[in-house]
Amino acid sequence: MNDEVMIRLENVSYEYKSYVDDSIQTAVNDVSLEIKKGEFLCILGHNGSGKSTMAKMMNGLLFPTSGQVTVMGINTRDEDKIWDIRSKAGMVFQNPDNQIVATIVEEDVAFGPENLGLPPGEIRRRVDEALEIVEMSEYKKHAPHLLSGGQKQRVAIAGILAMNPDCIIFDEPTAMLDPNGRIEVMGTIKKLNEVEGKTIVLITHYMEETVDADRIIVMNKGEIALQGTPREVFSQVDKVKGLGLDVPQVTELVYELRKEGINIKYDVLSVEELVDIL
Amino acid sequence: MIIDIKNLNYIYNPNTPFEKKALDNVNISINEGDFIGLIGHTGSGKSTLVQHLNGLMKPTSGSIIVDGINISEKGSSLREVRHKVGLVFQYPEHQLFEESVYKDIAFGPKNLGLDDKEIDKRIKDAMELVGLDFESLKDRSPFELSGGQKRRVAIAGVIAMKPKVLVLDEPTAGLDPYGRDEILDEIKDLFKKEGITIILVSHSMEDVARLVDRILVMDKGRLVMDDTTREVFKRAPELEKIGLGIPQITKFMRRFKEKGNNIDDNILTVEEAKEELLKFLRRKKDA
Amino acid sequence: MLKDITIGQYFPGDSIVHKLDPRIKIIIIGLFIASLFLIDSFLPYIFIVLFIGTVIKVAKLPLKFILKGIKPLVFIIMITLAINIFMTKGEVLFYIGPLTVSKEGLYTAAFMALRLIFLITGTSLLTLTTSPIALTDGIEKLLNPFKRLGLPAHELAMMMTIALRFIPTLLEETDKIMKAQMARGADFESGNILNRAKNLIPLLVPLFINAFRRADELATAMEARCYRGGENRTRLNELRLKKTDIVVMTSMIIYFALIVSTRYIDL
Repeated sequence: MNDEVMIRLENVSYEYKSYVDDSIQTAVNDVSLEIKKGEFLCILGHNGSGKSTMAKMMNGLLFPTSGQVTVMGINTRDEDKIWDIRSKAGMVFQNPDNQIVATIVEEDVAFGPENLGLPPGEIRRRVDEALEIVEMSEYKKHAPHLLSGGQKQRVAIAGILAMNPDCIIFDEPTAMLDPNGRIEVMGTIKKLNEVEGKTIVLITHYMEETVDADRIIVMNKGEIALQGTPREVFSQVDKVKGLGLDVPQVTELVYELRKEGINIKYDVLSVEELVDIL
Repeated sequence: MIIDIKNLNYIYNPNTPFEKKALDNVNISINEGDFIGLIGHTGSGKSTLVQHLNGLMKPTSGSIIVDGINISEKGSSLREVRHKVGLVFQYPEHQLFEESVYKDIAFGPKNLGLDDKEIDKRIKDAMELVGLDFESLKDRSPFELSGGQKRRVAIAGVIAMKPKVLVLDEPTAGLDPYGRDEILDEIKDLFKKEGITIILVSHSMEDVARLVDRILVMDKGRLVMDDTTREVFKRAPELEKIGLGIPQITKFMRRFKEKGNNIDDNILTVEEAKEELLKFLRRKKDA
Repeated sequence: MLKDITIGQYFPGDSIVHKLDPRIKIIIIGLFIASLFLIDSFLPYIFIVLFIGTVIKVAKLPLKFILKGIKPLVFIIMITLAINIFMTKGEVLFYIGPLTVSKEGLYTAAFMALRLIFLITGTSLLTLTTSPIALTDGIEKLLNPFKRLGLPAHELAMMMTIALRFIPTLLEETDKIMKAQMARGADFESGNILNRAKNLIPLLVPLFINAFRRADELATAMEARCYRGGENRTRLNELRLKKTDIVVMTSMIIYFALIVSTRYIDL
């Protein structure tokens, strides 16, 4: 991680008209945020907290009603550069089925670079490399609908990687997966951050997935309710639970023990850590 | 005994190169008033098993007797079986189709041939059980509700049929922790207040540990464990071998005991762990 | 039953037929269909059978696969047979109740039924040996010249690709919703036609709603991957005509021209 800013949100708000009664709803309310290059940032929050809307503003799929979003210095409102923004800040969505376009894995991975108008040789190189990184090379000639959920999601990630982005935004990528699929995808995401040096924005409501992040932002009612390292955030057990989220069971245990007057340090995240302390 | 499964086998695409044994000699008996967790990773045969329970799938061999009705016997009333065993599929909100919440929940009871008065009563009861306000929601379109509400409408649609056994296939998939806790609490209420036999299919060991009394573990089409929750989670290494885990808190207590600390590691919830550790720490202090 | 339909199903392989440029294959099948309709006697059918047989042999397609493709269409073939047998006037051979069977009727019926069978097998040869992707690419390229007339060639091809991609997904979903409604006591199997149609509502409404939701999500995902129509788009596998393509195409044009010419020769 260095000090270069990847994505900057300045006093960003997003309002929309409700389908039900035409009232004006605020999904994101005056949020300012800087995401550093190479950072692994998690955005936590319950459904309807505004976290997905915020993600969609980060690559110009939605535009703020007020405030500015800039990606590597480019304003997302700059229509001429919207494709630069989307190829620099790629996005992976929740439902793996609904983001795979082609009937063969490698053709799907090629979809992004094809849209960028790259020469066939370069597309081939990027497709092979992307599939290699997500460890799906042996499936490149397969039909996507026969893959498992975790494999489909990794193909979707490869499709974004092939556009060669500096940052990837994941919008609840594991919500529809089984535990094995979740482990596969989380492994891939961590690898993208650590090995490939990609900036990662992970939106999720599974707290287990955030313990390795550099920073966590907890959203509530369109605002940033809590912010800090995983340790700082999760040690505030009451606050986190009050926001409709979980903390790791061991963190909760420490919190309960401290309430009973047992004097141990409060910011514990893993099983091993707690075993060592007690 | 409400469901008796004997030597159940199911083979997909028999006699073709794609032949696949999905259920391999499964024997289970389920008693009225059981609260069962069914676990196993994707492809272990859980879903296939569950679909046999109300006759949506027919066994290749073996028998399933649901409250006295043998589902594979010719002429047996599948309608009656489906009335007795309610099945809530994964993402049940994807099957909503009516223009109002009321009408959608009425679909099942109507198919049972009940009169309007009884249907009305059942809808009210079902909505209350899943925590949906009858007056304010009955005329709303199910499609404009929130994700969690939609799911509860779908569950109410099955509950309104008053099944003796309710099977829920991952009822909390995709929900946030708050929505998940709400649904799980309602399921617990159904069990406690209505006395419905419940089979909960889940990937979350934490949820299963917290709720159910008995766990069935499936692996590669076979039933590999069938025991009380406590007994099943004692067999952590075996569970891990077939790609399943145990709750984090149970894992911690096991690890802590392995380090030579004299504690009871048969722990399922944070609350239990706290009590046990407090006892342990006091003993240590006294010594 | 749905999975029995082989039309539109791809049988992977790497024979010369598989490797042929999809554009060439589409043109050849076009020629095949045209000649099928221009033939006016039984004799040239020999060459048609020869063509089909050779392709099956060279592409190493299992015969069972081809026959399975005809099976779901047996009903239509039977109707064709019946209509032609009973509706064609001519030298009466015998009576079945109030209906007459003529010599000409039998002749035409057999001729038409064969034409239909050849038509089905011929087109399935194309889809069996050409991956859906290659097929849509081929169609897009062939339609390109018509772009100037306002034909949205790229959009059509993209729609076909997406349709092909989502057919298995939607079939799976249909199965799931059907089972879920059956669990709520829905009945899809009995009753008269009107009732059955009505009973489909609980299946069709969710299916459509889910399809729209999918379409919406897919559109967003495509936009996020910089999709902006066919303009300036390149391809991973660009189509390029090879020497074999030209040779095969030329010989096929001659072959089918000869078949059609039998029309004008008194045999």
